[in-house]
Amino acid sequence: MTESPGGIIKIGSNLLVRLDGDLDDEMVNRLESKIVSEVEKTHAQGMLIDVSGLTLVDSFVARIIARIVSLVRLLGAETVVVGIQPAVAITLVELGVRFHNITTALNAEQGMELLEGLKSQ
Amino acid sequence: MKGSSPSDAMSDDLTGVETISVLDEHDLIRVRQTLREHARRIKMGLVEETKLITAGSELARNILKYAVPPGGTVVIRHVQNQGKKGIHASFEDHGPGIAKINEAMMDGFSTSGSLGLGLPGARRLVDEFQIESKVGSGTRVVVVKWTR
Repeated sequence: MTESPGGIIKIGSNLLVRLDGDLDDEMVNRLESKIVSEVEKTHAQGMLIDVSGLTLVDSFVARIIARIVSLVRLLGAETVVVGIQPAVAITLVELGVRFHNITTALNAEQGMELLEGLKSQ
Repeated sequence: MKGSSPSDAMSDDLTGVETISVLDEHDLIRVRQTLREHARRIKMGLVEETKLITAGSELARNILKYAVPPGGTVVIRHVQNQGKKGIHASFEDHGPGIAKINEAMMDGFSTSGSLGLGLPGARRLVDEFQIESKVGSGTRVVVVKWTR
């Protein structure tokens, strides 16, 4: 876990992924494969990606997050992205990142509720 | 040529000039961290700081993505204009240059399979933006972000 860019823990049938700090491209790519193998291994049905620890989301990181959500969906699990910092949200909108097809919530608690709703659909 | 000219009508404060070589991915983090430090030094405010760093990250990534051999230079300095403080950053490479700058400045135009938001997105995030490119000799993008 030490070289992991973010923690992944399993709670019930969900995975909680926390992204922290200033991610470099290598870390982001490594995280993607780690998440995918973790979903496969644990048969998780839902995933919460907590990005409240990220002070910067550029178009590369945004693209990887969107790709992770698509990949995980192909594996049969739903994802909710939570905790986007207000300054990051404003920046993403101006940058032109739309994040469509991605469900977001203000915090982990609301994200978990949304996730349960998505899973029961 | 796009946007207003960032190099006009400003008194340069040469005490804070910082030059960063961008040769690999780890240098992207250095560019972001250095921009952040400088933004905080002039008390830019979190939203403007985040926009500046994100624009810088996009532009520095372009240096790695398109310059052959990959690499270039980022120069960061403080500027002042009528009592307002700002960060001036230049991103320069000696890559192939951009043949069609107008297309490269359009959302969704990408030659690399990315989102195509790098240049137009970066322009929206800063106050002043200037791009010069010569096919065969390189590209220079200069941005300025002012404190509010």
